[in-house]
Amino acid sequence: MNIVVCVKHVPDAQSDRTFDAADNTTEREAVDGLLSELDEYAVEEALKIKEAAGDDTTVTILTMGPAKAADAVKKSLQMGADAGVHVSDDALAGSDSIATSLVLAKAVEKIGGVDLVLTGMASTDGTMSVVPAMLAERLGLPQVTFASELTLDGSTVTIRRDGDVATEVVRASLPAVVSVTDQINEPRYPSFKGIMAAKKKPVQTFSLADLGVDASEVGLDAAWTKVTQITQRPPRQQGLVVTDDGNGGAVLAQFLTMQKFV
Amino acid sequence: MPVDRLLPTADAHDLIDLTREICDDRLRPVVDDAEAQARFPREIFDLLGRSGLLTLAYPEDIGGGGQDYEVYLQVLEEIASAWMSVAVGVSVHSLTCNPVVAFGTAAQRDRLLPSMLGGATLGAYCLSEPTAGSDVAGISTRAIRDGEEYRLRGTKAWISHAGHADFYTVFARTSDDGGRGLSCFHVPADAPGLVFAAPERKMGLDSDTVGQVIFEDVRVPADDRIGAEGQGMGIALSALDAGRLGIAAAATGLAQAALDVAVRYANEREQFGRRIGEFQGLAFLLADMEAAVASARATYLHAARLKDAGRSVGRQASVAKLVCTDAAMRVTTDAVQVLGGAGYTKDFPVERYMREAKVTQIFEGTNQIQRLVISRDLLRG
Repeated sequence: MNIVVCVKHVPDAQSDRTFDAADNTTEREAVDGLLSELDEYAVEEALKIKEAAGDDTTVTILTMGPAKAADAVKKSLQMGADAGVHVSDDALAGSDSIATSLVLAKAVEKIGGVDLVLTGMASTDGTMSVVPAMLAERLGLPQVTFASELTLDGSTVTIRRDGDVATEVVRASLPAVVSVTDQINEPRYPSFKGIMAAKKKPVQTFSLADLGVDASEVGLDAAWTKVTQITQRPPRQQGLVVTDDGNGGAVLAQFLTMQKFV
Repeated sequence: MPVDRLLPTADAHDLIDLTREICDDRLRPVVDDAEAQARFPREIFDLLGRSGLLTLAYPEDIGGGGQDYEVYLQVLEEIASAWMSVAVGVSVHSLTCNPVVAFGTAAQRDRLLPSMLGGATLGAYCLSEPTAGSDVAGISTRAIRDGEEYRLRGTKAWISHAGHADFYTVFARTSDDGGRGLSCFHVPADAPGLVFAAPERKMGLDSDTVGQVIFEDVRVPADDRIGAEGQGMGIALSALDAGRLGIAAAATGLAQAALDVAVRYANEREQFGRRIGEFQGLAFLLADMEAAVASARATYLHAARLKDAGRSVGRQASVAKLVCTDAAMRVTTDAVQVLGGAGYTKDFPVERYMREAKVTQIFEGTNQIQRLVISRDLLRG
């Protein structure tokens, strides 16, 4: 079967993440980036499916982003994926989720013959969680989101979704779009052999023209919403200091009750 | 700040990146607790094995990473900067594979190397004995031929991974002919009669479990003798340079780790209204530490490049072992000094680094033995 995993290259949370002052978009050029941690679970799940199938299952990594985003594809190939597709075009800068889902859908269609599209549960920078649903809608495929367990059985996929009040088991026919949570597996590190093998794996680069997407449909100007102002979160206030005059326990209990901790 | 490394290939850069990622994610978060509990981190060796980092210096076609010593040793240095006991373990495992790689028959290589070099198993190196340390020819463990088998009897000492390894590379006496009477054997951990004494209670490197391995009539098939009878000394000597370079690189990583902690502390701690790094007395101490680390690294890398070029490297390997481990001792001691009272507590890692550095001047040939090797080589002309 053919699996496509959508991944995103995001600013490293360990570094100082900033916004571009000119247009309030995320600064991506000046900071170190990496494969979004939440997407590693999707890559791992695809590789587990491939290993369990033992047949000619192929795992293709799909990303959209500037030149540096190729690193997210590279990391996924090092982990064991077979091929990469990188959609890169200057016109894409500042694209919102709606444009992203359009471009990814066109790319999935161009890859063709896809049985399963896997994604992470959210990106670690935008944390919107909506692209998987939008992508499924655009592709006309079942959307099965937030999977903490995934089983394939011939032409169906069954997932477990752990909610706050209930656990659901959801089944969908293939092809389908499935987003996975960070509970589904333990992503592997690339092996050194995987790193060397990745250099020989094919990576295609598509422009918007290659996908038949008009530049006016994407980018900052086409975004449905705009960030008009950004204010840095004020530094944390000092916590409540209680001098224990014999009633410290009562004050503590009252504080915890007020904060709904107890 | 990560060390700025000149590496020969793009692969090597990726390899260093992978090593740093694994060190940051999986080694640094657990090292303090594991060392405090003297816990042997088998799961870390499994991870390094899966990732291909356990046998980097062996050829690719037999399951190794196909890397030059110049690269392998820098990976080892990175691992040591995160967890010295693990770096020592990687060096030890690499050593245990050498006899089969260099002296094994084709059948032995086919049978043994896939698991040894594939990262699935971990080895221990049984050379030293209670009365035969630097004096290898003094080995008294016996291997008595008995039909198609040997029976091994004796006690090995100072064995890293004792009780945790999957196989033991053992040197034992097959005749009384001094250094020419030794032979090498491959012994699986489940061989009947293999007994492990309680681990040594050491000054440091607590997660590197070290103990005596006692051979009580352990039966070893003649097929598991590596090399010819009497070839044991040559086999042991052939890996000496590699082992010394491994410890030189690991000691450099340990020194780097101590320097990093000292610099961070000197930038944060304030006395008399200033960061203590602004006092020249301390600043110059840091400068000397950096000079020691940088020259240690240059020394082992020079030896590594000679080895990679196929040159004889015995003297330079001993120079590197001597220089790097003495540097580690000095730099870790000075790091404790920079941190003052804090450095003497177990709340900071530098007192542990200092205890770990001491053994690097002792094992893999004491630094007195290194001076012996160097001076003899010089005077031979």
